[in-house]
Amino acid sequence: MKNTIRQVFHSPKFVVGFSIFVLVLLSLFIYPLFVPGNPLQMVGLSSFSEPGTYVSVYDAIDSEPDIMKLPEADAKRLADKLNEEDRAAMKEWLLLIGIPEADIDTTDTKSLLKLWEEKYDPSLKPAGMTMAKRNYYKRLNTNLEQALNASEVVIATENAETGALEEAKVVTDTDYINTKDVINSITLPLGTDNFGRDTLKELVSAAKTSIMIGLIAGSIATFIGLSTGLLAGYIGGWVDELILFITNLFTVIPGFIILILVSYGIGQENRGATTCAIVIGFTSWTWTTRSVRSQVISLRNRDHVNLSKLSGHSLLRIILNDILPYIASYVVMALILQISTAILAEAQLSMLGLGPKTTEIPTLGLMMNWAMLYSAHTHGYWWAYFPVLLIIALISFSLNLMNTGLDQVFNPTLRD
Amino acid sequence: MKGYRKYFGKKIVWFLLTLFIAFILNFVLPRMMPADPVANIMSKTARGISDTATTKAMYDNYVKVFGLDKPEIEQFFTYLKNAARGDFGLSFSQYPRKVNDIISNAILWTLGLQLPAIIVGWLIGNILGALAAYIKKGFDKLLMPLSLFLSCVPAFGMAVIMLGIFATKLNIAPTAGGYGYDLIPNFSWTFIKSVIAHYQLPFWSIVIISIGGQAIGMRSMSIYELNADYVKYSRYLGVKDSKIVGYVFRNAMLPQVTGLALSLGTMVGGALVAEIIFSYPGLGTTLLSAVTSSDYPVLSATTLIITLMVLIASFTIDIIYGFIDPRVKAAQFD
Repeated sequence: MKNTIRQVFHSPKFVVGFSIFVLVLLSLFIYPLFVPGNPLQMVGLSSFSEPGTYVSVYDAIDSEPDIMKLPEADAKRLADKLNEEDRAAMKEWLLLIGIPEADIDTTDTKSLLKLWEEKYDPSLKPAGMTMAKRNYYKRLNTNLEQALNASEVVIATENAETGALEEAKVVTDTDYINTKDVINSITLPLGTDNFGRDTLKELVSAAKTSIMIGLIAGSIATFIGLSTGLLAGYIGGWVDELILFITNLFTVIPGFIILILVSYGIGQENRGATTCAIVIGFTSWTWTTRSVRSQVISLRNRDHVNLSKLSGHSLLRIILNDILPYIASYVVMALILQISTAILAEAQLSMLGLGPKTTEIPTLGLMMNWAMLYSAHTHGYWWAYFPVLLIIALISFSLNLMNTGLDQVFNPTLRD
Repeated sequence: MKGYRKYFGKKIVWFLLTLFIAFILNFVLPRMMPADPVANIMSKTARGISDTATTKAMYDNYVKVFGLDKPEIEQFFTYLKNAARGDFGLSFSQYPRKVNDIISNAILWTLGLQLPAIIVGWLIGNILGALAAYIKKGFDKLLMPLSLFLSCVPAFGMAVIMLGIFATKLNIAPTAGGYGYDLIPNFSWTFIKSVIAHYQLPFWSIVIISIGGQAIGMRSMSIYELNADYVKYSRYLGVKDSKIVGYVFRNAMLPQVTGLALSLGTMVGGALVAEIIFSYPGLGTTLLSAVTSSDYPVLSATTLIITLMVLIASFTIDIIYGFIDPRVKAAQFD
């Protein structure tokens, strides 16, 4: 036993897979220690906030500013103020008053502004331009001027009695505050999802649930597969015929379809994470049965098994002592694969709206489902779905890598 | 030929038997749902009607139309009889639309997408796997981990990533649907062009996913065969390398054909969910809408059609296998 384990840990593939899996698992347990709290708490009132640190603007006003002069600060501010639409509009104006197109470069903020400053004249009335459009250019110009000659911003409070505004604070363009000084701030490494929940916190909790679903489903599937495979292979006869018939049946009828039908039949209200895991486990044992059965058939007539039989050992003892140790490696490999397929199965079911009930705990599939329902993928809110996919792929990859490593250790013909 | 007839006969009996059992499961499982489907339609159609007698009459009418007042066993045989003629009854959520109406187009879209994608993915995967086993060294070192990783990304994941990159970020592919939303299906050039443009992302995401698993399988089969005794023996005899490679790949290919039949269900399941991501007008999307509106006539018709498609595909593969595997031929002539 000790030797086998040592041998297994000499396989580089297994070691890599194992380390990735353990690392993922460790971070899933360590992260909540540092960032406690309910993963389903809705922090944001708006959906899909971008990743980053959010500081309270309200509290920031009270913080004592430091004076700093950053190079390029003005240029950056201006570039930020001018969006694509404004740039296009500026180009349109310049073209209208007869500037050749080659001279206008909308991507270069500095030259564009210089040109604009020189040529723009609010009193000019280019032919065919509506009043509204002219006013738009006036506003744009004022905005630009304000940004150029950075003036102070006055923060005012409303007097409760008279309703008059009173100056509370003056903010200049050289005021900077340390984000640590702002009392209320939150760092969202992966932003928020459609409900305004912290995506990272949710992801950690979801991955844990999904791994649990994988473990439960995988254990059930392996247990059923192992026992049916042992029975079919060892007893043979009509038991074998029957089990083989059922196994073949459920290999040909897509397991995913059965899964859909059963999950639908159970109904939304009764589907918890555990129920889902059990259903997945009960629909994915066929592979294990097949491989265990064929292994047992090849073992059945070995000398040591026959000797055991002649010594009058019970069926249970023969199976436990003389057969199981020989197929243990296959069973472990099957279990690992079952776990990874179960995690995928849950995700796929949830995508169809047949996953666990949505209100209690997040799972990786549910997070995907929500992201898709709120079309995060078509709006480019990558943080809502990409990390989920990455975790699914990483868990599944590490498990498969472990499986391949084990396969190479126990099947010498596969070694490179 | 007599031997073949026995082989095919067995396969046909097996096909019909699985179909029948799949049919029973299809009928029984969705009907175990605790919610009352008629109440579901009532909540839509009877909105605003406060008269209890009217709603009661409506309810009874719906129960009668859907045949829910008859005993389950009678419902089953009616369903069996109608399904055999290709009639799946009425939809619950889109009453009085026929289920056939809803799914007949979806079947074509799904077939058109998945059949070529799975075949192309299988072919490319096998070629790459065989090359990896034969060339080894750098190619293998790069291809193996990559295929393993690719085979671990779920099909819908690849779909989302492709969509995120090519449709949302680069804007070179349409984001959703099977054709432009402003078009009506017809045989015009614009429509066909639009269909082709919408076809690319779903097609390639399914292909890429299938490549990974197939390449891994083919590689290990080829390595296994390359180390087999007959290869060594042929080498000692001085048989040309290219000839040996031909034998090896033919032998390694056979389990891959069976492997395709066995993994077809999983692949189709994954591809169905990928369809949803692209809002492709296929069976996957139909399935989703049937689930969300708890419309089990549509749901069981869809799952039945998918099962039927998978069964026919595995049956076809079995038949092809009978012709290409000399062992099957030999066994039949014993």
